[in-house]
Amino acid sequence: MSDTHAQTVAYVRETMLPQATPPVSEVGAIKWLRENLFSGVLNTILTLVGIAAVIWVVQAALPWFLHGVWRANSLSECRQIIAESWGEGAHGACWAVIRERWNQFLFGFYPRDLYWRPVLALALLFVALAPILFAELPRKLIWASALYPAVAYILLWGGSLWVPISVMAGFGVGWLGLAIARRTGLPLLAPLAAVLLPLLWWLLLAGPAAGMLERAVPLWVQEVRSDKFGGFVLSITIGVAAIVLSLPLGVVLALGRRSDMLLVKALSVGFIEFIRGVPLITLLFTASLLLNYFLPPGTNFDIILRVIIMVTLFAAAYIAEVIRGGLAALPRGQYEAADSLGLDYWKSMQLIVLPQALKISIPGIVSTFIGLFKDTTLVIFVGLLDPLKGITDAVRAAIEWKGVYWEPFIFVGAIFFIFNFGMSRYSMYLERKLKRDHR
Amino acid sequence: MATVSDAPKASFRLSMLIYDTRYRSITIQVVVLLLFMAGAAWLVDNTVRNLAALGKDFSFGFLWNRAGYDINQMLVQYSNDSTHGRAMLIGLLNTLLVAFMSCVAATVLGVIIGVLRLSPNWIIGRLTTVYVEMFRNIPVLLWILVAYAVFTEVLPAPNAFRGDNPTASMILFDSVALTNRYTAIPDPMFARSLGNIDVGLFLVSLDLVAIIAVITGSVLVNRKILASATAVQNATGVRPVTWWKSILVLVAPVVLLLLALGFHAERPVLRGFNFTGGLDVSNSLMALWLGLTLYTAAFIAEIVRAGIGAVSRGQTEAAFALGLRPNRTMSLVILPQALRVIVPPLISQYLNITKNSSLAIAVGYMDLRGTLGGITLNQTGRELECVLLMMLIYLTISLLISGAMNVYNNSVKLKER
Amino acid sequence: MKNTVFLGALAAAGLASGLASAATLDDVKARGELNCGVNTGLVGFAAPDANGNWSGFDVAICKAVAAAVLGDASKVKYVPTTGQTRFTALASGEVDILSRNTTWTFSRDADLKFTFIGVNYYDGQGFMVNKSLGVTSAKELDGATVCIQTGTTTELNLADFFKTNNMTYSPVTIETNAEGEQQFLAGACDAYTTDASGLAATRAAFANPDDYVILPEIISKEPLGPLVRHGDDQWADITRWAMNALIAAEEYGVTSANIEELSKGTENPEINRLLGAGEDNLGAMIGLEKDWAKKAIIGAGGNYGEIFAATIGESTPIGLARGLNAQWTQGGLLYTPPFR
Repeated sequence: MSDTHAQTVAYVRETMLPQATPPVSEVGAIKWLRENLFSGVLNTILTLVGIAAVIWVVQAALPWFLHGVWRANSLSECRQIIAESWGEGAHGACWAVIRERWNQFLFGFYPRDLYWRPVLALALLFVALAPILFAELPRKLIWASALYPAVAYILLWGGSLWVPISVMAGFGVGWLGLAIARRTGLPLLAPLAAVLLPLLWWLLLAGPAAGMLERAVPLWVQEVRSDKFGGFVLSITIGVAAIVLSLPLGVVLALGRRSDMLLVKALSVGFIEFIRGVPLITLLFTASLLLNYFLPPGTNFDIILRVIIMVTLFAAAYIAEVIRGGLAALPRGQYEAADSLGLDYWKSMQLIVLPQALKISIPGIVSTFIGLFKDTTLVIFVGLLDPLKGITDAVRAAIEWKGVYWEPFIFVGAIFFIFNFGMSRYSMYLERKLKRDHR
Repeated sequence: MATVSDAPKASFRLSMLIYDTRYRSITIQVVVLLLFMAGAAWLVDNTVRNLAALGKDFSFGFLWNRAGYDINQMLVQYSNDSTHGRAMLIGLLNTLLVAFMSCVAATVLGVIIGVLRLSPNWIIGRLTTVYVEMFRNIPVLLWILVAYAVFTEVLPAPNAFRGDNPTASMILFDSVALTNRYTAIPDPMFARSLGNIDVGLFLVSLDLVAIIAVITGSVLVNRKILASATAVQNATGVRPVTWWKSILVLVAPVVLLLLALGFHAERPVLRGFNFTGGLDVSNSLMALWLGLTLYTAAFIAEIVRAGIGAVSRGQTEAAFALGLRPNRTMSLVILPQALRVIVPPLISQYLNITKNSSLAIAVGYMDLRGTLGGITLNQTGRELECVLLMMLIYLTISLLISGAMNVYNNSVKLKER
Repeated sequence: MKNTVFLGALAAAGLASGLASAATLDDVKARGELNCGVNTGLVGFAAPDANGNWSGFDVAICKAVAAAVLGDASKVKYVPTTGQTRFTALASGEVDILSRNTTWTFSRDADLKFTFIGVNYYDGQGFMVNKSLGVTSAKELDGATVCIQTGTTTELNLADFFKTNNMTYSPVTIETNAEGEQQFLAGACDAYTTDASGLAATRAAFANPDDYVILPEIISKEPLGPLVRHGDDQWADITRWAMNALIAAEEYGVTSANIEELSKGTENPEINRLLGAGEDNLGAMIGLEKDWAKKAIIGAGGNYGEIFAATIGESTPIGLARGLNAQWTQGGLLYTPPFR
């Protein structure tokens, strides 16, 4: 308790001073700069280095971009135009090559009048993914999604409608077999029927059935053969097909790796570690060079299909690891709860474990897909025309564009960036949405 | 009251193989094994029949035939008179070299960028984000090609160093020449060399062995000194001054040895078309190294960022409460805990580097895929043997890396009760 | 029912369709198209245009064979192959004929089990250097850095050439021509080596072609030709004579302009036999129509000379002279066996 105040001591103030404006270095842009850029010696150095790097890059590349030529019929014409407008010895981009050949980078040699088909297939892909990604939508839509592979096949390759229908019928056969076998009440018969019957159908009956139906009721869409595929159509086809096909395989492998049965576990681990231990390029070589050795003499089928098979096996191993992480992330209580309800292994997996584990694994699956999509550029090494090197080299083999170097790379790189950046942002959003803990 | 009676002694019936969960797993495993063996037998049988149909045999004899082609980077002796097997070894060493260099560089760069991403500096935060997104979302093949092209376009050709007023000049006291073919660096030479020993596959330089042995000895002695200093500190609370002892022990023996061997560096000199006398580090190696490093560093940066983010805020707050400065908090509290999260994905990035190094052919770096899976495969026409051998070698490398890293991983693992 | 991708997969699983039989001719006829292995892109020899239609000097052989066998030059499925995958594609039956500037060598014939059906371009490996180096002969390249495309015979030739001349060099291996040009133009290598035809094509596309010289030395023989699998002599005959028909047509003066006229019958019995205008039916001997050669010539776009002129000749930007590839009557090496 002090009894000093203005009456007794002259230097004690009784009234509040009005608020002074903050010093100039503590407000607005200057404050922001000081706090964010120049808060210390190290920070200042970093800032200056950063600015220098940006300036250097812009200085090196900007003139080249600004001198770009969009309308020309050949590289030499490009060079002429650049020399005329910017003086001798000026460098500039020749975007005319993109303007003339953009469709090849995107669609390969797909017939021009049918471009809507791959585009529609891509659009439908998002429609098919919607019920899987957004829980708000009615569950019935999953069945529509299940039809997507058949629809995509027809859109991309065309041909007889009966082929995908008879393939899809295989799943129906399996389901029927499952239902009938369940009635008999014998255990193990149901899964056996569900696996064996479709296999038998596909191996023995599907082809002839499709042929017969085709003869009876011709349903035919204009066919586009695999040699017309190239560019991003090829990349996306391989990428999406491999991921979709590898998901079930990956789930099986992940379960196999966590199985109690020694042999099943050993085989799964062996397969996963083998695939993850070799470069994709050797698997592509296997697809193009060795598959003919491993299959019965004289068999020969589409190189794209062969590549899809190998890439599927490749992706399956990575997906298996992602899903294994998801299974491991699930609290033990969930497994125990499933067991205590008296569910058998498959039931507990199907109803309790897998739905949750897969949900946890979605970001990992997306990043696996991004990696796979980038890796599809390697198919050039087996003679398929990928957008990055395959189509680029084919374009450079035309007399008028021989010698073009950077422009196709920049164009293709930009498209890859847009696709993958979108996907990675989306997977971050999912991660945030699925996050259950608060920090 | 129910009377308790013994459970009936179950005699084994065949149906138990299906119904009894104890035996069911055996049944399933037997079926799986049979299927697996049948599948493998089918593949092998097809291969045998196909080889017979093509009139080819399956043998690795070609590895002992003359290769007949040259390789521009060899870590051990090789000429076009050497065998295909020797060429394979050269390729393998080149793969290991670039993979090792990239792993080290990508880790350093990745950690720096990962930490910088968390920095409060606005420009740096944005720049690192741009960097990570750029490199993560574009195929590594493109980055390797871009790095190669940049080296080619930006650096001067050896010709530019010629003449009275050359347009390019060497750097670092005229000892290093950056050209668009290679970087010529001084070659360490020994006037009184101890010579080489031939250990079968390659020659080992005795000078190198001696230097490594001396350095190892110095490090061991230095650790002894430090350990005794710590013991004194624990006993008395005062740490004796050791820095000058350490420096003496670490530096003096090596310097003495180098003087004894007559060490000097031979500078590269421009003769004819190229620099001679120095060591040439080829641009295909540099481009591949740079491409792989930049690409993988983006992933490692994200791993580091996530790892640091995984350490709970409470740890930082506790460290601050103890009065630790931010830098020490990072190094003493956060990083050691983050490492546990960081190491497993880091291992797979190292594996990715090793596997991605097989893209070397795009810039003409002769790695395993360029020699064994490239020219040798082409000249001998033995796809089956070459690709299988290549797979086997890559698989071995990968398993060794993941095995070694798993050992480390177990040592830093959280020891839970 | 056409053979779709899916049925191909079924075949792999053991279904009987799509199994290659011994006779390639029957396969091609049943399939209704010829599978032809070509380069993934080489100026003048094989390249797809903006619509995906292939054209070029090597592609003409595919068209000629397809026209001779199926009567329609457009019934070709072009399978792009790399230097690495080309032989496997042929050995496994993925392609019926490989027309991809491939050098005829002993080991490819005997060890890899292929039949070369002839030579459609006599080539040789040469060097290109920048004029400013002042090099006038390949013998002066001691210590030079040489850019070289991998996966071909050129690597072995280069090693041999420098060895025999007691010179050293350091190879810069490149994967595709595009990378090679880029390296060479930037001065990352002193010399660029590949087949002389490739050198000419590469030089033609440079911004300043006059700054570069192709050295006079040709250090190897590179007889380039199409090839088929061993073990099907009938198919080898068909492809061989389809190609010979193009060469013979030039020798006898049959062009795409006058072929309709000449196929009505001429005084020259050789031309009549070639075009199926006379009594002799050569086509029946190899299982084809009587006018198979006429179809082949029309399908390929003319005789050998016309194809050459249209794809890689002096009027094109590539500007190759006929040189060794002139008819024997003009001092070249083209000498087709007689059609009788």
